[in-house]
Amino acid sequence: MTENTRATGAENILEMRSITKTFPGVKALSEVSLSVRRGEVHAICGENGAGKSTLMKVLSGVYPHGTYEGEIHFDGKLSTFSGIVDSEKAGIAIIHQELALVPYLSVAENLFLGNEIKGRGGLIDWNRTNGEASKLLARVGLAENPTTPIGQLGVGKQQLVEIAKALSKDVKLLILDEPTAALNDNDSAHLLDLLRQLREEGMTSIMISHKLNEIEAISDAVTIIRDGQTIETLDMRADAVTEDRIIRGMVGRDLDSRYPERESRPGEEILRIEDWTVGHASQDRLVVDHASLNVRAGEVVGIAGLMGAGRTELAMSVFGRSYGRYLGGRLYLHGKPVQARSVREAIKVGLAYATEDRKKFGLNLIDDIKRNVSAAALGKLATGGFVDANEEIKVAEDSKRSMNIKAPTVSALTGKLSGGNQQKVVLSKWIFSDPEVLILDEPTRGIDVGAKYEIYTIINRLVAAGKAVIVISSELPELLGICDRIYTLSAGRITGQLPIEQASQESLMVLMTKGGGLTTEPDPHPTTPSGDDLPPSGDDLTPQERTA
Amino acid sequence: MSGSTLTKDKPAPTPRTGTANPFVAITQNLRESGIYIAFVVVVVLFAILTDGLSLSPGNITNIVLQYSYVLVLAIGMLIVIVAGHIDLSVGSVVALTGAVSAQLVIGSSQPWWVGVLAALGVGLVIGAWQGFWVAVVGIPAFIVTLAGMLLFRGLTFFVLNNVSLSPFPQQYGKIATGFSNGLIGGNGYDAFTLLIAVLAVVAFAVSQVRTRIVKIRYQQVVDAMPLFVLKIVAVAAVVMAFAWQLANSRGLPYVLVILAVLILTYSMVMKSSVFGRQVYAIGGNLAAAQLSGVNVRRVNFWIFVNMGFLAAVAGVIFSSRSNGAQPSAGNSFELDAIAAAFIGGAAVTGGVGKIQGAMIGGLLVGVISNGMQLLGVDQSLQSVIKGLVLLLAVAFDVFNKRRSGVR
Repeated sequence: MTENTRATGAENILEMRSITKTFPGVKALSEVSLSVRRGEVHAICGENGAGKSTLMKVLSGVYPHGTYEGEIHFDGKLSTFSGIVDSEKAGIAIIHQELALVPYLSVAENLFLGNEIKGRGGLIDWNRTNGEASKLLARVGLAENPTTPIGQLGVGKQQLVEIAKALSKDVKLLILDEPTAALNDNDSAHLLDLLRQLREEGMTSIMISHKLNEIEAISDAVTIIRDGQTIETLDMRADAVTEDRIIRGMVGRDLDSRYPERESRPGEEILRIEDWTVGHASQDRLVVDHASLNVRAGEVVGIAGLMGAGRTELAMSVFGRSYGRYLGGRLYLHGKPVQARSVREAIKVGLAYATEDRKKFGLNLIDDIKRNVSAAALGKLATGGFVDANEEIKVAEDSKRSMNIKAPTVSALTGKLSGGNQQKVVLSKWIFSDPEVLILDEPTRGIDVGAKYEIYTIINRLVAAGKAVIVISSELPELLGICDRIYTLSAGRITGQLPIEQASQESLMVLMTKGGGLTTEPDPHPTTPSGDDLPPSGDDLTPQERTA
Repeated sequence: MSGSTLTKDKPAPTPRTGTANPFVAITQNLRESGIYIAFVVVVVLFAILTDGLSLSPGNITNIVLQYSYVLVLAIGMLIVIVAGHIDLSVGSVVALTGAVSAQLVIGSSQPWWVGVLAALGVGLVIGAWQGFWVAVVGIPAFIVTLAGMLLFRGLTFFVLNNVSLSPFPQQYGKIATGFSNGLIGGNGYDAFTLLIAVLAVVAFAVSQVRTRIVKIRYQQVVDAMPLFVLKIVAVAAVVMAFAWQLANSRGLPYVLVILAVLILTYSMVMKSSVFGRQVYAIGGNLAAAQLSGVNVRRVNFWIFVNMGFLAAVAGVIFSSRSNGAQPSAGNSFELDAIAAAFIGGAAVTGGVGKIQGAMIGGLLVGVISNGMQLLGVDQSLQSVIKGLVLLLAVAFDVFNKRRSGVR
């Protein structure tokens, strides 16, 4: 099975041999080996829960030496890290998915946080701090003023600052955990460029990523982990490695089709949106500009658009005006005009919106599955204002079964579920509200290949039952795989619609960039909306869209 | 996780039961049962230290009378805390509602019920006022109620012209110090109290059995029969022992009846009403609640109206018990109520907490204070110990959460 044919020896900066890590009752890693050559970009991929993060925690000393079996040789020495401080000293830096930056401190202060440059009398030497910061920023291709509060930079630039911070510590091995997960295409490209440049300077990087196209584009080797075991290490240069080849390794089977078959049989129109216009929550500009679209029973309609095109904004605004300022537009259900001025009204007329950020806006993570499932339609379970707890459990158990939610019981907390199972709970919640139209915003973001397939199956089941589904997705292949018809959105305007037979990545991209979609004014200052009509904390823009 | 074993469980004709071992059942959910264990330990500890004095009929009656208003406040406070807010003004509201009542009943010689109704009315208006600022304007409850604490304290001074008012006529005083005694006689003890207790136990047993039957019909996991019976017997024993002691003292205090009604009602509201569930949803994830169609403004508004109402109830009880109104009444009551909620397992971040937990939390503080008084412990040391209990209770909660890996 393991075809680790690559040469071992002095040229390897890192050798992890037969790493086994057990938690009470679970074997998270079993005899995992990983060798990384000096100066390469080494990708690690695997489904969620395969053990990638655990492996990196072993490497960086989060799980100290002695709590695992096996050996780690780093830079020619046997490593016995007892904590993250040791691994940093040895030259290993990890950049996590969740950035560890203090938003109100300046770029320079963040760069030297915990490692401050002191002058006379132990006070901070601000001139040198800012000067050194500028040099570090230049190394990662940033021209920002080091005194800018870091919260004012987009996520993409913050990511680069994190890398600059690692560089300031004389790092030999840079580990990036899903570095582009929260970045838009531009920023992702920039980050990959930086990795290439660092590689030329001799830096070794390990990149954990779900984005196979990026792995294909940048990495020299890829190690695939599945169920806590090393499946294989592929040399991206020697072998002709395709995305499908990597997927096969990750899921352990050939995905004949990544998308389940469905017979398209659209019926009558259910929802029509006309001239929908939305103003930005805090700025004087339009984010959705006279958008019109419709969706029929039994139809999956996609909305494609680049980051910042206004997809989420359109969807949330239609769903009870949950975003921004409503400036005009009409909603029709079954040809009749309806009002949906609040989320309640929207649910009542038969709309449902499953958010793209399920942890922040979709679930109550400290509550259990059954209460999350019933949250949007509690009235259906209540008589006289009191909820029938037994019916609720029954409903949740039905959902658990039909959606294949993997959890011990429906009383399990949603915060402990994997991303895919959380998404199934969100879908259960909206399916229980019995809508006619479901708007699914990035329904498969951050979930693994197997769970994606299940989500698509659920979508197919919904349309087979006569519902209308609108899918918003950044992944064009996904839209092409599951939709009957795709609208393109650019700079808040609908720039076209293509039936699936005529749609291709290229044709969609042309429409998505029409009307200056790429040059849309970015929002460098994410605002925190206040008041009840908006979810808190910068939700008016997704993390990706906040970036420049 | 033992997920596979459970999910394999196909609905079976026989009831699916949990463990029959009470010890396992208790330790399985230490976080929930920890507070009860602590309570029992403390009660036993003080019973031993005071040679049984702490469990004497007179003392038990005393504890009920003395801490009733804190428990009433703790009910409202728990709801406020679960929703992710805090209310610092309740002490001042207790004072103001008591003062208004006293001014009417003592100052203007109105009948006792006019005073009670006026106090409750003032409580509702105050609640609406604070609810407006929190829910509609969107100012953090900490600030709104901090302002309220000063505001209503000032108004109390104003209403009372800076002097205490007392005494209340007899009927008013009975609210907090009255007993139903001798209604149906009894030989040295109050038979009526025992009758009520028996009725309560029967009602509890019947509701438990009915719940169990419905649960089995829904094919849910229920406690094993021995454990189920043990639970009912244990509750019955505790209630009857408690009632026996009351009956041997002065009978059934009215205030205990008020408290029992409030606890039962609010437990049900928080456990299974749509409103209660929306409170948990808001505290757990505000944004998700909004996007699920919860009218957050309305829920927040009514949470504070309710807190105002309960503070007024506490105000009436307290003024009745202290037989008058003082400008400084109710000082630091808010802290007792907040402590009760947190000791009882409410989460500092909102979204978690139960009425029954807050009640046990309040009683725990009450029993500790009372026990220390009986032992003649110095006032200053009492405060130190109360502080440590609060700190340890929350530390225990944090530790448990970390261990179970949530958050």
